[in-house]
Amino acid sequence: MIETDILIIGAGPVGLFTVFEAGLLKLRCHLIDSLPQVGGQCSEIYPKKPIYDIPAYPSILAGDLSDKLMEQIAPFKPGFTLGETAVEIEETDDNQFIVTTNLGTKHKAHNIAIAGGLGVFTPRKPPIPSLKFFEKKGVDYIIKDPEAYRDKKVVISGGGDSALDWAIFLADGVAKEVTLVHRSKSFRGHLDSVQRIMDMASDGKVKLMTDSEVIDVDGKEKLEHIIIKTKGEENTTVSIDSWLPLFGLTPKLGPIAKWGLEIEKNAIKVNTFDYSTNRDGIYAIGDVNTYPGKLKLILCGFHEATLMVQSAFKRVYPDKNNVLKYTTVNGVNGF
Amino acid sequence: MDNIITVTIIDREGVEHQLEAPTDMNMNVMELCKSYDLPVKGTCGGMAMCASCQVYIENDKVTLDRNDDEQLMLDEAWHVEDNSRLGCQIQLTNEIDGLIARLAPEVEDEDDW
Repeated sequence: MIETDILIIGAGPVGLFTVFEAGLLKLRCHLIDSLPQVGGQCSEIYPKKPIYDIPAYPSILAGDLSDKLMEQIAPFKPGFTLGETAVEIEETDDNQFIVTTNLGTKHKAHNIAIAGGLGVFTPRKPPIPSLKFFEKKGVDYIIKDPEAYRDKKVVISGGGDSALDWAIFLADGVAKEVTLVHRSKSFRGHLDSVQRIMDMASDGKVKLMTDSEVIDVDGKEKLEHIIIKTKGEENTTVSIDSWLPLFGLTPKLGPIAKWGLEIEKNAIKVNTFDYSTNRDGIYAIGDVNTYPGKLKLILCGFHEATLMVQSAFKRVYPDKNNVLKYTTVNGVNGF
Repeated sequence: MDNIITVTIIDREGVEHQLEAPTDMNMNVMELCKSYDLPVKGTCGGMAMCASCQVYIENDKVTLDRNDDEQLMLDEAWHVEDNSRLGCQIQLTNEIDGLIARLAPEVEDEDDW
């Protein structure tokens, strides 16, 4: 069991900065994030976009902000559980919490800081009513083991890097047949990946269907065929083993919605004194919380994290007095 | 009034909302909807990267020409029609006074937890 003072759920900028402010109070932190990398939206959605409202940085790329935060918190040696989603929470007899992830990893902590942003990044699913029935029975949104597609007839949908990269990979001696279906003729992915797909299509390694989309799926026990609509043509039925709709990820509040916290408009209500929720010892900071006057800014999340750790300190050390210290005077004393 | 135009948004229940929209606040249609608490998520904040602000343009006050990022996003969105635009890519300007736009269906899939 991983044990810590503050278990931070969400390793976006606000979750990361919490480690720094907690560290100044000698509190240790561990972070859980459903994504395989830190940075949250900054690294998943817009790593190459500039942010202009971080104090003292006239402009900083979102990806660089994550990198700099990692550098800033390094002295406090945070732990990470990445690529796992915090699913269950229970209270212990000694007034702590145990949080278990979807993969069963257990974490024990005095305080929980939910810094989950807009939520868990989950695959965007096409609105085909019968799709759910075929999930993991021929329809996959995430590729865990490419070997599962060896010698199979695979159709991939999407126009971004994920769709292009997997089409290239699976067509290169893994799957028996790969078809890439995209609604347009232009692709969102990197130019070199697009060029590669075009080359593979002219070599007959990938079947490319543009101006097309998968509009229905069918089968008995498992996926057997899909219906493809192509602009200006009759619908075609294609027999396949697997359909991989790879349309990127979108955030959803996820399991924390069931943790008995007061929720308003998809966000967790907090007291602005210390960003505590209605459950003692559970805090919510950053985009995931709401209160009168709330602004969803990284800047505001940093402030919330700073106030929150003061209250968290009191839960870990109820008898210790604490006084605000300046880093300029004391420096940063890591663990 | 100076710097104020009217934009009509038809919500998903078919109700028309006539919104007074400022043209001097560097706002777009997605932000206008949010400022009136209409059910538009605007998940990505306006970067044309999520399509949660998709609208159907119902009159000729706005061009149906999409910019490159917007087109690429709509190529991977659902319920896209010829008159689809992303609200976040339509700036509030005097030229669009009288715009009528209808909110595209929200794609809600069930949580797996």
